Amino acid sequence: MSNLAKIERDPNYRELVRRRSSLGWLLSAIMLVIYFGFILLVAYAPKFLGIPLGSGVTTIGIPIGLSVIVLAFVLTGIYVRRANSSYDVLIRKIVEENRS
Amino acid sequence: MKKFAWLSAILLASVPTIALAAGAVEGGAKQATNWAAIGMFVGFVGLTLVITYWAAKRTASAADFYSAGGGITGFQNGLAIAGDYMSAASFLGISGLVYTSGYDGLIYSVGWLVGWPIVTFLIAEQLRNLGKFTFADVTSFRLGQTEIRILAACGSLVTVAFYLIAQMVGAGKLIQLLFGLDYWIAVVLVGGLMMIYVTFGGMKATTWVQIIKAVLLLSGATFMAGAVLYKFGFSPEALFTKATEVHPKKLAIMEPGTLISNPLSAVSLGLALMFGTAGLPHILMRFFTVKDAQAARKSVFYATGFIGYFYILTFIIGFGAITLVSTDAMFLDGSILEKTKSGIAAIKGGSNMAAIHLANAVGGNLFLGFISAVAFATILAVVSGLALAGASSISHDLYGMVIKGGNANEQDEIRVSKIATLVLGVLAIFLGIVFENQNVAFMVGLAFAIAASCNFPVLVMSIFWKGLTTRGAVVGGFLGLVSAVVGVVLSPAVWEVTLGFAKGSAPIKLDNPALFSMAIAFAGIWLVSILDRSKRAAVDRDGFDAQYVRSQTGIGAASATAH
Repeated sequence: MSNLAKIERDPNYRELVRRRSSLGWLLSAIMLVIYFGFILLVAYAPKFLGIPLGSGVTTIGIPIGLSVIVLAFVLTGIYVRRANSSYDVLIRKIVEENRS
Repeated sequence: MKKFAWLSAILLASVPTIALAAGAVEGGAKQATNWAAIGMFVGFVGLTLVITYWAAKRTASAADFYSAGGGITGFQNGLAIAGDYMSAASFLGISGLVYTSGYDGLIYSVGWLVGWPIVTFLIAEQLRNLGKFTFADVTSFRLGQTEIRILAACGSLVTVAFYLIAQMVGAGKLIQLLFGLDYWIAVVLVGGLMMIYVTFGGMKATTWVQIIKAVLLLSGATFMAGAVLYKFGFSPEALFTKATEVHPKKLAIMEPGTLISNPLSAVSLGLALMFGTAGLPHILMRFFTVKDAQAARKSVFYATGFIGYFYILTFIIGFGAITLVSTDAMFLDGSILEKTKSGIAAIKGGSNMAAIHLANAVGGNLFLGFISAVAFATILAVVSGLALAGASSISHDLYGMVIKGGNANEQDEIRVSKIATLVLGVLAIFLGIVFENQNVAFMVGLAFAIAASCNFPVLVMSIFWKGLTTRGAVVGGFLGLVSAVVGVVLSPAVWEVTLGFAKGSAPIKLDNPALFSMAIAFAGIWLVSILDRSKRAAVDRDGFDAQYVRSQTGIGAASATAH
């Protein structure tokens, strides 16, 4: 258990936890806002989503719906990129320092 | 017959092409046996059986059986997760929904996708770091093993059961239509193959069947969407213009329609789709098949990409079917067409067949055969994943941890798992036959509602909230489970459609209960936990710090390979 206390005091560990949880919760909140924003539009303003883009039949709802899909993927990409470049380095350091 | 064709030609004078071909349909045979489809399907089954044989020779330990020995790469697992998620319900169901209602189909697709980022940000890595074979490994990490395992097994088994029934009934109907087989033969065939894959090949075979199917489905859907866009000079505007001209709802298919009538219902459905994803046992299990947390996070990234891409394709496919299927009498039922005057309503075999008919329209009989075989493969792969998740819950959580207290002999545990698979397979066949003529559309929604209201709250609270106690998790989890089931039974979809009570008499107006059942679960977990002064509660809270360090760093995490 002393090892546990040691890790908890490790500045690298604190850095990891701070970075990962702030990014994780922030991105989750962004996703929730985007998605429930979309759902509330569907529920309260369906006619807004039905406004045609220019003179054609394509409505504003099509790019909005598709961009929720694309944004979901992009946000996931941002997290994975950050995690690959910074969290894994910190984790490796923590593991190195607390071996034994 | 000739006279009839002539009569219908007069009746449908406004659409002469339909009338001409409608006569041909009336005179033709019923669903002809499609040899191309059967040939390709037999090819697929042959290939998967070879894989199962290969996997069986390499499946010795419990880790091999439950988690493919941890030897799946992030990319492969991404494909397998996408495969588990892209069920026949989402392929045929969503393209069918787009076909009948246009934009409404996109609302569902979006909902089904947005759970994945949440899984990435909050669950994937922690799950891999804390668990070994099932998600109950994570929820019971610091809590009372027996109670939490029983709760998790109930949540898993109920979710799996409803999902499985929906898939079996869909499979029977689809195969009946595609291959001209009797319903019961189709159900027995699916159940039988599923039992072979899982009992002999375990997770290794199930994963590879899933990967192959995902690749086939993605390529087939890409080709179909590409062919549709090609016909319209790669201009979505031209596709939409044509669709709004031929669809009876006209421009209304380009905006939200009647699918989501009241705002609370929309939010509730949104919650179920988003958080249900993060509580599906057969999906959560996939995170244990990769080597570490890094691979787990990469796999969700790939899966999100594949699934999002696939949903965009189904949207194009649905619109393609509006323009190419609803206007071609070859795909329409002449008598319904005569009554309703709508090609959309008259589609042969119902709206779920939109994508299948479109395959014929753009690629001829050979491609129809390919897509039919892929649809069948999809069902097989998904039911196998579900059966494995259910069986693991019985053998690992109930037998291994509750009955044997964590000291089960590995070989005994695998044997129990195989027996459980056989029992689940027989049960799935039986229920599939019992529910043949029932409306089972609500069952997938129910599975998501239970996953969102029982599995997800307990999982996320156990990972992040120090104050969670065993008692809180059990009480809140069961409250969520019960309120989700009761909420679905009292909803219009079951109360009015399935049980046949008067329209408008449903006690709960929400189509999906997630809005209140999730709230009840979280409130129950929180309240009971903070009031819990038992000895066990102190142990539960004390265990959090060690769990948190491991969830963040992976130090001490199961290496997945037991040998």
